[in-house]
Amino acid sequence: MAKIYIDNKEYQVPDGKNMLEACLSLGKDLTYFCWHPAMHSVGACRQCAVTAFRDENDTKGRIVMACMLDANEGTRISIDDQKAKDFRAGNIEALMINHPHDCPVCDEGGECHLQDMTVMSGHNYRRYRFKKRTHMNQDLGPFINHEMNRCIQCYRCVRFYNDYAGGKDFGVFASAGRVYFGRSEPGTLENEFSGNLVEVCPTGVFTDKTLRKHFTRKWDLTSAPSICHQCSVGCNTLASERYGGLRRIMSRFNGDVNGYFLCDRGRFGYEYVNDEKRLTRAAQKNTTSVSDVLTSVKAHIASRPKMIGIGSPRASLESNFMLKQLVGAENFYNGIPANEHSAVNTVLHVLQHGNVRTPSLKEIETYDTVFVLGEDVTNTAPMIALGLRQTVKTLPREKAYALKIQHWNDAAIREVVQDDKGPFFIATPNTTRLEEIATSVYHGNTANLVETAKQIEAAIKSGGWSQDSDFVNQAAKALAGSKKPLIVSGTGLLSCEIIQCAANIAGVLKAASKDVGLVYSVPEANSMGMAMLGTAGSLDDAVKRTATEDNMTAVILETDVFYRTDRKSASAFLKNCNKKILLDTTENETTPEADFILPAGTFAESDGTLVNNEGRAQRYYQVFKPNNEMRSSWAWLDMLIHQSDEARPFDAIVAEMTDALAVFSKIKDLAPAANFRIGTQKIPRQTHRFSGRTSIDAAIDVHEPKPPVDADSPMSYTMEGFHGKQPSADITYFWAPGWNSVQSINKYQIEVGGPLHGGNPGVRLIEPGENGKAAFKEVYKIPKAGAVEILPLWNIFGSGELSSKSQAVAKRVPVASVVLSEQTLEKVHHKGAEQITVQGNFEVTLPIRIDNSLPADVVLLPYGANETKGFHFPFYGYIKSE
Amino acid sequence: MERPLTQHIKKDGTPLSLKEYEATGGYEGLKKALKMTPAEVMNLVKDSKLRGRGGAGFPTGMKWSFVPMGEDAPTLKYIVANGDEMEPGTFKDRLLIEGNPHQLIEGMIISGFAIGASMSYIFLRWAYHEAARRVLVALDEAYRAGYLGKNILGSSYSVDMELHTSVGRYICGEETALLNALEGKRANPRNKPPFPQVSGLFGKPTIVNNVETYCNVPHILTKGAQWYMSISKSEGGGGTKLYGASGKVKRPAIWELPLGTTLGEIIEEYAGGMQDGYKLRGLLPGGASTDFLTPEHLNIKMDFEEVAKAGSRMGTGTIIVMDDKTCPVGMCLNLEQFFAQESCGWCTPCREGLPWTAKILMALEEGKGRPEDIGHLTFQTHYNAPGNTFCALAPGAMEPLQSALKYFREDFDEHINSHRCKYHN
Repeated sequence: MAKIYIDNKEYQVPDGKNMLEACLSLGKDLTYFCWHPAMHSVGACRQCAVTAFRDENDTKGRIVMACMLDANEGTRISIDDQKAKDFRAGNIEALMINHPHDCPVCDEGGECHLQDMTVMSGHNYRRYRFKKRTHMNQDLGPFINHEMNRCIQCYRCVRFYNDYAGGKDFGVFASAGRVYFGRSEPGTLENEFSGNLVEVCPTGVFTDKTLRKHFTRKWDLTSAPSICHQCSVGCNTLASERYGGLRRIMSRFNGDVNGYFLCDRGRFGYEYVNDEKRLTRAAQKNTTSVSDVLTSVKAHIASRPKMIGIGSPRASLESNFMLKQLVGAENFYNGIPANEHSAVNTVLHVLQHGNVRTPSLKEIETYDTVFVLGEDVTNTAPMIALGLRQTVKTLPREKAYALKIQHWNDAAIREVVQDDKGPFFIATPNTTRLEEIATSVYHGNTANLVETAKQIEAAIKSGGWSQDSDFVNQAAKALAGSKKPLIVSGTGLLSCEIIQCAANIAGVLKAASKDVGLVYSVPEANSMGMAMLGTAGSLDDAVKRTATEDNMTAVILETDVFYRTDRKSASAFLKNCNKKILLDTTENETTPEADFILPAGTFAESDGTLVNNEGRAQRYYQVFKPNNEMRSSWAWLDMLIHQSDEARPFDAIVAEMTDALAVFSKIKDLAPAANFRIGTQKIPRQTHRFSGRTSIDAAIDVHEPKPPVDADSPMSYTMEGFHGKQPSADITYFWAPGWNSVQSINKYQIEVGGPLHGGNPGVRLIEPGENGKAAFKEVYKIPKAGAVEILPLWNIFGSGELSSKSQAVAKRVPVASVVLSEQTLEKVHHKGAEQITVQGNFEVTLPIRIDNSLPADVVLLPYGANETKGFHFPFYGYIKSE
Repeated sequence: MERPLTQHIKKDGTPLSLKEYEATGGYEGLKKALKMTPAEVMNLVKDSKLRGRGGAGFPTGMKWSFVPMGEDAPTLKYIVANGDEMEPGTFKDRLLIEGNPHQLIEGMIISGFAIGASMSYIFLRWAYHEAARRVLVALDEAYRAGYLGKNILGSSYSVDMELHTSVGRYICGEETALLNALEGKRANPRNKPPFPQVSGLFGKPTIVNNVETYCNVPHILTKGAQWYMSISKSEGGGGTKLYGASGKVKRPAIWELPLGTTLGEIIEEYAGGMQDGYKLRGLLPGGASTDFLTPEHLNIKMDFEEVAKAGSRMGTGTIIVMDDKTCPVGMCLNLEQFFAQESCGWCTPCREGLPWTAKILMALEEGKGRPEDIGHLTFQTHYNAPGNTFCALAPGAMEPLQSALKYFREDFDEHINSHRCKYHN
């Protein structure tokens, strides 16, 4: 701790902070632009000027930038000193000479950091009387709107996009007063994290284009804390609604998970919630009367049919649990193909029985050496890739620390670090985006990858690596020589062997007393929760069962069986089942086959718990009550089980689940119970400035309707309630007096950039046991038939079942193609046709895309594309040239 | 009077070839240095009181002493010559490079030996095409003669040297922006610390010195520190200095004179005084980014200390003379437009403050000035003061303006009151 003085008052602050951090952490208001809690100080904007004094006898002082000043023992500054105040106001005035006066029509208005800082600085009258400079704007693709005239040149965008996220197609151009932030020519921003520009930009240069299509001011949004459903990482989000439509997704700070950022699939993949094909009414096949579908379903259930349940990794733990309760454990199947089922179960086995820690997303950044085995995390779990991009800076930064440079001094660190990168090894079938930061890479088919991993494991175990520069020796040497190695793998190749190999390498590093971490990505938001819940088997097992057992009623939870398995199996399953009760959110191929449809809420219209890839349980909340029959799936199922007209509250479902399954016991304390009150007040989903509540529905009815009651959470759907600091799991929006933008997150943290007051939300359900053992001794057997191995190609845009239905994301989905190397093409004497056929258990003809990084015996097909829907990867087969 | 740096430069404007340079005692300093230890060379330069000739006047030997030496030091270190001479009114490095490129090269090799550098770069202003051609010829000659490359003159010391011609930005004269430019990055100044001596080009220890500074080094080696101090008239530093004068003087030119020659001597004796019909109104002693001095300052010595005492800086030592028929406001406008254009755009006061300043001065010149403009110009000089900005460009830009407001205030007022510039009819 260091003793510092701010305006002659003494404070104790932790060591290693700069004065801006110290001031903000102490709750002081000090203006800033270029400093960002995740990207730290560079001293560009000069907005955090304070007066620094040598000692108590120094009365004159001098202007310094708080962000570049060490908060060490005896530091003495004044925020209120007139000289500093004049400077800060003058600096705003200077920034304003070119900033348009368009706040009323600017998307950022009302949550603009520049507005906040302008007011905070006290500047209110502009003396500048000359022409403003203007810029051309660029079309940056479907996600981001560009309005360069508003730019105040804080350089945050380029520091995030290029330096933090590894973007290559964006930059800063020109100089002096003409500095321009954009692309060399208009075009889609290609980086997977471009959406963060919206939150990183302190003003309205980069705004959310999807929000712009149905724009609403921040203060008019009804928002709830949510968990991203688009991959297994479980980033914390704020989902916001108005007029019954979801308007946008913003990052909800969680210091243990996503911090300040989100990937573009997570941020822009929400639009399916507003899709025309949403199921909004309960329906019964061949019946036009929709009056009492629920009664019919209940009556059918009451007739005690033989039931089979198909669960879903995209549905909440509670919904899957209630389905299991309805159909019985022995009849509850998980709705995913057998390959995926065993891959996810292998991951769970390692996590539950191993002795290696699976770090949180945030902790990933603290490791120093990385080995990625078989997983293209940029496309399967993008935020892990963002974390890994920081991990490569861990070791090079040590050089800066050795020169006594503080960790916050990004300007100085980057001069020392330059382009140095820490050891980073990747073994995958083909080139992945992270290769640009890799020390060395290996490409091979699954069997080669397994063999390579085994060699690395053996070399580490025996200490027998040579000085050769081949991949195995380099990787083994680096991992064995590292203090904090990290092994990254996942279910992307749907290979248990890959997962086992990763566990074994982590195991030998652990045995060598390394502080090793092991991260797996799994396919979907609740894949892990589903595996922990336990099922009678995969969808393939369910298909087999219905082939032999007649007269079954299938209760299908949030699953399109045609997406999950091959057409033949899916059709057979639906045909073999006597009755099909479907609970789902959106029309798909399974919908027309259902006898009963109960409309389920997506994450926006339901409550639930998800378990992410590290085994962290996280709660998401219903954002709004839709004006139709949608309900949380667990609510429908509860009504069927209890033959009731109203579902029990969420807490009762959670209690039943945690009582039944000890593995979930910690979920009880995940978030405040529905009866939680602050004083007597609920937590409002609407801001205190919410407008139009008496007129919002006036076109339909001039009477203000009674607001819906939420029995499932301590939140109200209105602006009534406690508008102070909410419990950390129940933050509905970030706001503090004078801080209307997302920068107000500072005020919700114990110290800026640190954990939220009350602790970061979420609980880890799985911790490694010191005596745990998850090593696999079996000899791996990779079946081999056919000429080529056909593996899935994951894409951040396209491989997600629901996000692909979002308009903006759909524009980014690449054309489905067969990806192979020229070598492979030559083998089949391909003669110039644009398409090629892949044959095996599945057959498809698609355009050719060449990727010469692929081995000759591997072909990739897109995962989740319409053309390859239901394919069971991996499989072996042939390619046939026309 | 001794003129070690320029005495051999030929009147016909052609450069000294390697042979001609050797005939004047060239590369003797290097030979001597190679027989010494790097520490001895560094100490000799320290003892000579050589101070940086780029403008700041930092003691050269001391700068070198911050470079990590010994076995634990990085094996790769760099020597860089700052030849990005873009300070308006300054043309001294051009004379040295064009007239005697080997003198610079030798100085850099000796300096490289002193800090253990294995690579060196001459960073040259883009417009100096002739200088570039001559440097390339000289580098070729030096390599052929074994002064550059592996095992120089049979010693264990090796160093390479390359020419880098800049793309023409004033900010590249700032040593850390120069390093960024040399690395192919935007020419934004870097944070200090770390200083380039510890973490410079490509993150390695680097010495950046001005061309004129390096040109002094061979002579210090051959003739010693005592001699070097004896040829100076200044208490604070040794050697000679290239002084220049431009403007309405009779003989605008450059002269190598003892450091500490008075302003009056330079203007009256060497530049021949003002042209007929013109009176001296003020002068910028060391390039565009120094404060105005007035005729009453003519008796001060042109060295780092005395000029500072008078409220300005010696800077590059090349004087811009302002006569009584030139508008001080117009001169400031010209300078501020230059600085506004040359800002790198990194920090707010410089990027936004300089164009605003230039626009106000333009308004004054166009007769559209307002009484409150004086206050605003004064505000800009405080707003862009040292410490308030990321580097020294904007504070430098404010030096002529703040002193013009002090010495020529009546001109500013007159522009505003009479809505015109009287110098433009």
